[in-house]
Order: sequence, then structure tokens, then C-alpha cells
Amino acid sequence: MEEFYFYTEGLSVGYHGVPLIKNIELRLRKGEILTLIGPNGAGKTTILKSIIKQLEPVGGAAYLDGREIGLLTGKELSEKLSVVLTERVRPELMTCRDVVATGRYPYTGRFGVLSREDHRIVNESMELVHISELSERDFSKTSDGQKQRVMLARAICQEPDIIVLDEPTSFLDIKYKLEFLSIIQEMSKKRHLSVIMSLHELDLAERISDKIACVKGDIIDRFGTPEEIFTEGYIPRLYQMTAGSYDELTGSLELEAVKGKPQAFVLAGCGSGTPVYRRLQREGIPFATGILWENDLDYPSAKALAAELISVKAFCRMDEGAVKRAEELIDACGQVICTIKPEEAGEFTEELQRLYQYAGAQGKIQEKL
Amino acid sequence: MKRSRYGIAFLILTILVLVFLAVNVCAGSVNIPFSDVLRVLGGKETDAVSADIVMQIRFPRALAAAILGGGLALSGYLLQTFFHNPIAGPFILGISSGAKLIVALIMVAALGRAVQVSSMVMIMAAFAGAMISMSFVLLMSRVIDQMSMLIVSGVMIGYICTAITDFVVTFADDADIVNLHNWSKGSFSGISWENVGIMAVIIFAASFCVFLMSKPISAYQMGESYARNMGLNIRLFRALLVLLSSILSACVTAFAGPVSFVGIAVPHLVKSLFKTSKPILMIPACFLGGAAFCLFCDLLARVLFAPTELSISTVTAVFGAPVVIFIMVHRKKEKMG
Repeated sequence: MEEFYFYTEGLSVGYHGVPLIKNIELRLRKGEILTLIGPNGAGKTTILKSIIKQLEPVGGAAYLDGREIGLLTGKELSEKLSVVLTERVRPELMTCRDVVATGRYPYTGRFGVLSREDHRIVNESMELVHISELSERDFSKTSDGQKQRVMLARAICQEPDIIVLDEPTSFLDIKYKLEFLSIIQEMSKKRHLSVIMSLHELDLAERISDKIACVKGDIIDRFGTPEEIFTEGYIPRLYQMTAGSYDELTGSLELEAVKGKPQAFVLAGCGSGTPVYRRLQREGIPFATGILWENDLDYPSAKALAAELISVKAFCRMDEGAVKRAEELIDACGQVICTIKPEEAGEFTEELQRLYQYAGAQGKIQEKL
Repeated sequence: MKRSRYGIAFLILTILVLVFLAVNVCAGSVNIPFSDVLRVLGGKETDAVSADIVMQIRFPRALAAAILGGGLALSGYLLQTFFHNPIAGPFILGISSGAKLIVALIMVAALGRAVQVSSMVMIMAAFAGAMISMSFVLLMSRVIDQMSMLIVSGVMIGYICTAITDFVVTFADDADIVNLHNWSKGSFSGISWENVGIMAVIIFAASFCVFLMSKPISAYQMGESYARNMGLNIRLFRALLVLLSSILSACVTAFAGPVSFVGIAVPHLVKSLFKTSKPILMIPACFLGGAAFCLFCDLLARVLFAPTELSISTVTAVFGAPVVIFIMVHRKKEKMG
């Protein structure tokens, strides 16, 4: 257990002695990022609160640097661990710099007067999250995104070994989301800062995390690397998704497929089909598509949205069975939408050209929807 | 730039306190020139009447107004910090009224038996009353999470306590009842040097403790969760905050009865003057501001319709209530904006 900077042993968390999530076993090394994912209300915040000693664990314990967190004094813990919470901060008449400087609290003396060194660290933290220009701005008059970055600078300026963040990206737009997580990644790699956070953005969680813990029901359903977590079909199960689909590899979401007898056939490939699939889905038209190799860019969305998909193994020739089935579908459909240019395609697309001519002979070809 | 602002602000407050202190001693039904006052204070020969007025009546009264005003403003500041609400204060939350009720009961009981009540007993009684009201407000704050409703429940407590006090005072039969009546409306009159000594010790000691807490207060301003992460023992801190603000407002009530709005108006005005909410500056500034404000209000109370004296709360309300309204309108605007 020595090598792990942070770990839990049989930790159970909950309120008023009633466990909400039991037997939590998490392990994290220095410089690693752990992300908690799971449905709303699954108890991610409850776990985080218990880790940062805001909530008494119902059972078991969390350890930091080999010492039980519950037994650390407030000051000891504050020098090792800092937080960015969802709680809204409404300080009066405080500049962003003042707010960041509150992170120096554990290190200042009786009256909290900042030393030259403290000022230097405050400046450095603000530069790190690119908010130096907000320095003298009234904190209450900044945007949510700016506030969140100020709070991150505050947490950094506390010079922790580990930062705990509760849904830090929720109020940020896409630019700031990426910027925020980049800063966190940089901090963890360069300063060997450990990070524990909860995220709603699965795609981002998959990319940034060294470890992911999935909170489901009253347990941690899975704990491991993103590769171990994002296996096919797991995310819909974790979130008990009833509509739509999630592609674990690309992190892309699709709405619920339109079921029924295909009314249109889409000859697609190389990503040209996806916008058409989505359009057909919006218009409520069930469709069939093919023939796609399983490594085609259109494959994930076709799989998620098509009423029927004809596909062949990657790097293999399209077999006669697939072509036959495609011809049957073209016969049954009122229209064939072709999003590729078969005549310009390579030598392996001979079958697609045949299908194109087959449909053309029936006068069903539409270049565009 | 900021530093010079703070320096100037402190200078202004100090000058205000000193000027009002001087004017309060000089002005009144008999105007005494400042030079005479200086001579009296210097122990030089003057006429006995002026000397008595200055030394026995006006000077202790002015000092009391300054000390109690400072304590009251500080008590308000602590409560605003505690509840994260700018319109919390000892008067509006019913804490002053609770203190008043218990003091009135003790006084009436003592008068009935012709026993002299020492100021220490009065303070203890006021403290007990303040704690009773405070516990009620705290209890309510667990049930009611809406701040405005909490304030309303505090105001209701205030009314109940005031009603009972009025009832007791009305039916108590004694010559001293006039004094009691004046006191229950709030007044700085009838303060002796001994009183001044006791209040100075208690208020200064409590204020000093508050000043020592300025660092944890700054952490608490960031909200409880963050404060806890900064290593603050929230439970102990909250207990101390309640205790100190109750001691301060109890001491004021014991000597001057309930004084309205000082606890809200002064911290707000001082904050606007300093343009900061840093406790390390706010605590001494609130004290000075409260002192100046109460001296000013007591001056008006005495001289405006002399020889008739207004109750101090009447005057403080005239200046304090608009500030509260301003805060509420301003807050609403900020939330919408």
C-alpha cells in the first residue's frame, strides 16, 4: 500500500450513519488523476465530501500519505489537500486576488497577513490559470467561468499535494473546459499533484483520467484505467440509458434510432454518411445503410442510428451476401441516397459501384437528401 | 493606493469620534464652552455647576455612548458574518429584546423587594436573555433555510419580548419605573463612572477577542465548506462568534436598553467607506464607526427637542432604517444584474 499516495479501505459514505455507497476501494499515486463518473444523484459529491473530511465516513477510512484523513488536524489536512467545490462563494467587496490569497490561509500567521513569499505564490498561481488580468476585478462581478478559474488558482495557491474538485467544468464553455482541464493535467504531470474530481463529461473524463471510478447504485461498479472502463456497451449500462447511445471509443452521442421498415437506403462511407443519418433521424425516417467496413468513420453513427446496417469486417472484401442484402433493401426502399462518389473511389469499392448502378437503373438515386 | 485609502478612512473615523465626543460634552441644555471643559478635565478651578455637569453627567454619558456604540456595531458585524446576511443585527434578530426582557424582569423583581441591582447582575441577566433569543434564532435557522424568513422570525421574537417587557413595566409599581421605562426604550442617560468602568472592561475585552478572530472570520467569509478546508474548526468558531456577539449586545442592552439599527447600518457604512470586507480592517473600523454614530445620535436625542429627550432608538432608526432599505434594494439589483 506504500506506493499509493491516496487510498481508501472499505470506505462507506452516507448521511446520518446510513451508508449510501459501500466498500469504496480507491487507489491513487502521486501525479495521477482520478475521475468519478456516474449518474446524477449517484453520490459522487458524497464520496468527495467524505474524502475531504466534510462528512464523517459511515465505515472504513480514507488515507493520505499513509495517514488516516479523519485523524489529521484541520491545519495538517489544509496543507496537503485543497478543494474546488460547487458551493457558490459570495464574498463581499473582495477582488479576485483577495479570493485567491485566501488559499494561503494555512501558512499565514495569527492575523493572516501575507508575506512577500505568499504574494509571490499568489501571483504565480494566478498566472498559471491565466487570470492575472482579473487580479483587481471585483470577484462578485466576474462570470461563472472566471469565478471557477479563480477558485482553481485559490486551490493551487494552497500548495496542496492533492486537489479535490467537484464538477469543476459544469459552468464552463468548451474553450474554458479544455483550458481548465489542461491546467489540471499540467499541474498533475509537472508538479506531481494528485487530482480527484467528478465530471459529467464522459469524453473528457476518458481523455484526462489516469483512473476512473464508476459510481452506480450503492457501490463503485468499476475502478480502473479508462481503457478498462470504456468497454463497449458499458456506459449505457452505467447510466441506465433508455434512449440514444454512446460510443465508448469516440465519445460521441447519438439520439434514439428511428425503428421500422427502412424507407431510404444510404450509400455512404468515410464520414460522409453521418450528417445524413442524423438528418434522417431528426425527420423520423427509418433507413438502412451500407456497405460499411467496420473501421469506417460512418460505422459508429450508422450502428447507432440505422434501422438496418450492412457491414463487413475491416480490411476485408465485401462479400456477395452483403451485396445481395443491399440489393434487397434498395428494392424495398423508395429512395437511395448516395453520399460518396463511387466512380472516384478506390479499387476495393467495386461492389459499391455495382450497387450505385443497381439503384440508378431503378431511378432511385438521389445525390443529396 | 489601497493603504492610503484605509489610512484616511481610519483618520476620518477617529476624528469623528473625537469631535463628537467633544461636542457631546459641550452641548446640551446648558452650553459649556470647550475651553471650560478642558479646564474641568485638567482639574483646574471652574464653577461647580459646570464641573458637575461635565464630570458627573455628560462625560460618562458620552464615553458610554462611544463604547456601547462600538460594541453594538461589532456585535452586528459578527452576526452578519455568522448568517452571511448583511441585514442581520442584534436588534433585528430579537437578541437585544431578549436581553431587555430578562433585565426588566430582574429589575422589577428587585425593585419590588427594594434591592439594589448591581451592574454585573444586570449584564448577566442581559446575557442570559440574549442567549435565549440567540438560541431561538439558531434553532429557527435549522428549520428555515431562507434568510429573509429567519429575519422575520427574529423580528417576531423581538415583538414578543417587547410586549412582555411593556406588560411588566406597565404593572410594576414604583417611582423608579420612569427610569425603567426610559431604559426599555433605549437611552444612554443615567450612566455613572462605575458603569463606564465595567462596560469598558467587558466591551474592550470582547472586542479584543473579536480582533484576534479576524483571520478565522476571513476564512468563514468564503463559506463553510471552504473554511473547513482551510483548517477552521467550524463548530468552535461558530460557538465563539455567537458567544462574543451575545456578550457585546447584552452588555449594551444592560446599560442602554435596546438600541436599534446601529448593528446593521454602521458595518455597512464602514464597508462602503473602506471598500473592503477584510475583517482585520473591518473590526476596528466598525468599532470606531459605531462609536461615532452613537455619539452623533445621542447628541441629537439630547439637544434636538431639549429639554425633552428622545429615546436613542428613535434617532438611530431614522438614520439606520434607510440604510437597511438601501441594502435590500441594492442586493436585489445585484442578483438580477
